[in-house]
Amino acid sequence: MINVENLTKIFGTKRAVDGVSFTVARGEVLGFLGPNGAGKSTTMRMLTGFLPPTSGKVTVGGFDITENPIPAKKLLGYLPESAPAYTDMTVHGFLDFAAEIRGLRGDAKKTAISRVVELCFLNTVLHQNVDTLSKGYRHRTCFAQSIIHDPQILVLDEPTDGLDPNQKHEIRQLIRKMGETKAIIFSTHILEEVDAVCSRAIIIDRGAIVANGTPAELRRKSEWAGAVTLRIQGVAAGAVQEKLNQLRSAKKISTATDGNRVTVTVFPRTAGDGDLTREVIAATSGWPVEELRTEEGRLDEVFRSITMPDTAGKETK
Amino acid sequence: MGNIKTIAKRELLAYFSSPVAYVFIVIFLLLNGFFTFMIGGFFERGEASLANSFFMWHPWFYLFLVPAVGMRLWADERRVGTLELLLTMPIAPWEAIVGKFLASWLFLGLALVLTFPVVLTVNHLGSPDNGVIFAAYVGSWLMAGAYLAVSCITSAITRSQVVSFIISVVACLFLILAGFPPVINLLQNLTNNWQWLVDVITSFSVITHFEGFQKGVLDSRDIIFFLSVIGFSLFTTSVILRTHRTS
Repeated sequence: MINVENLTKIFGTKRAVDGVSFTVARGEVLGFLGPNGAGKSTTMRMLTGFLPPTSGKVTVGGFDITENPIPAKKLLGYLPESAPAYTDMTVHGFLDFAAEIRGLRGDAKKTAISRVVELCFLNTVLHQNVDTLSKGYRHRTCFAQSIIHDPQILVLDEPTDGLDPNQKHEIRQLIRKMGETKAIIFSTHILEEVDAVCSRAIIIDRGAIVANGTPAELRRKSEWAGAVTLRIQGVAAGAVQEKLNQLRSAKKISTATDGNRVTVTVFPRTAGDGDLTREVIAATSGWPVEELRTEEGRLDEVFRSITMPDTAGKETK
Repeated sequence: MGNIKTIAKRELLAYFSSPVAYVFIVIFLLLNGFFTFMIGGFFERGEASLANSFFMWHPWFYLFLVPAVGMRLWADERRVGTLELLLTMPIAPWEAIVGKFLASWLFLGLALVLTFPVVLTVNHLGSPDNGVIFAAYVGSWLMAGAYLAVSCITSAITRSQVVSFIISVVACLFLILAGFPPVINLLQNLTNNWQWLVDVITSFSVITHFEGFQKGVLDSRDIIFFLSVIGFSLFTTSVILRTHRTS
């Protein structure tokens, strides 16, 4: 539904977005990750036709967003980063305007408004002026605007920003549910959201895509992926380390002692084949192992090692 | 057309949901009353006409009041960020520009219509030529539209309503002064009586073009002048808005 080819945006001398290409199909929820200033919002502004790209091409549902903007924009729902809404109107007035500009009239308009009011829990503030709303409500008002025409494609720039944990949960549920039938792209820097919602994630740094895959695939890039952690009581840390160091699949080992307990993490040479786990179990037979688990890999660590390659190593020690 | 109507409707609703609209209308009417009867000497003149007591003040009222109406048009959209919303909706940018302009222009028209008691007064006291009065109203509204379109440009230039207001007052002041007799004299002295240059400059004056209407003459050249100021200004607004996005 969304097709981005070689998208580039140059502000003055700064390449804010540099040759970004990806696609989003129907039924997919694409998470767009990256540090602040990586070019997430700029990319989204180009996707939705707000900013014209310096070069490259965006097609939305087959329509080129710069050459054929109106049919392309009809298919889109967009929640900008700051969740703007007209402050001098009531929530109902604002949604009424959004519905009308999307071509909804009469009963269809009424139904659409009551649907999004329910989905976004806006009942209690429906006749309140937008500028008197709390941040969470204002955010949801703008979110409601983006789904009022039940668009096939949704572009959401930090949809859960500024919401409390309950609201975050609700919005994530909503995104995941809508993702079954729509093409959704949303940006975030909350990594737990990627697991909760996305079918695929892209990490963007300094304007370029640095990783692209399912959350599980991304996690496998972590040095924690496939690492084995075990806790043993009553064995000297040195002895444990010596024994585990001899394992064929072990890359490095870190130990921590707490009283007479030793917690050891063995990192694998290659993640995901299970060899290391088998070797560790064999090597520790006879020891009083209290706990043994295989790590899945950590997204935050992958994120950091990709976007800050210089410091990531130090922090994981 | 539907989109223009939707945008204009939203804009008008927004005017009336804030005190701006009511403050504006009250001040406009008070100023009109005060200047017509106290300063313009409506009663002392003993004329069954509104030209010299009522309409002659309009270019000066509009100088301050119209930029106050127009300053928020685009500056606020940019400041609040709703511009991003508006321009990602399935509408052409010119529809948004025209819709917002029309809403404000209709609002100014409403304020103008509310001065009707002065028409009733003059009809009660004498028998004026109501055709002339009607023509002058049309001219006044067109002139307000020209000021408003200029305010659209300045509003699109900046995020700050105050800056927008000041620049558009200055720009509108130029539109007035270009046809103000002392300024014309000054120009003639400065330019060594290059009459063609003076003529070009004075032809930009709203006062020159408003005069005809006040006399009851609906001259197509005057109408075209105001409409082309509006058209040109709205086009410039669209160029400015596009430039913001590309640079």
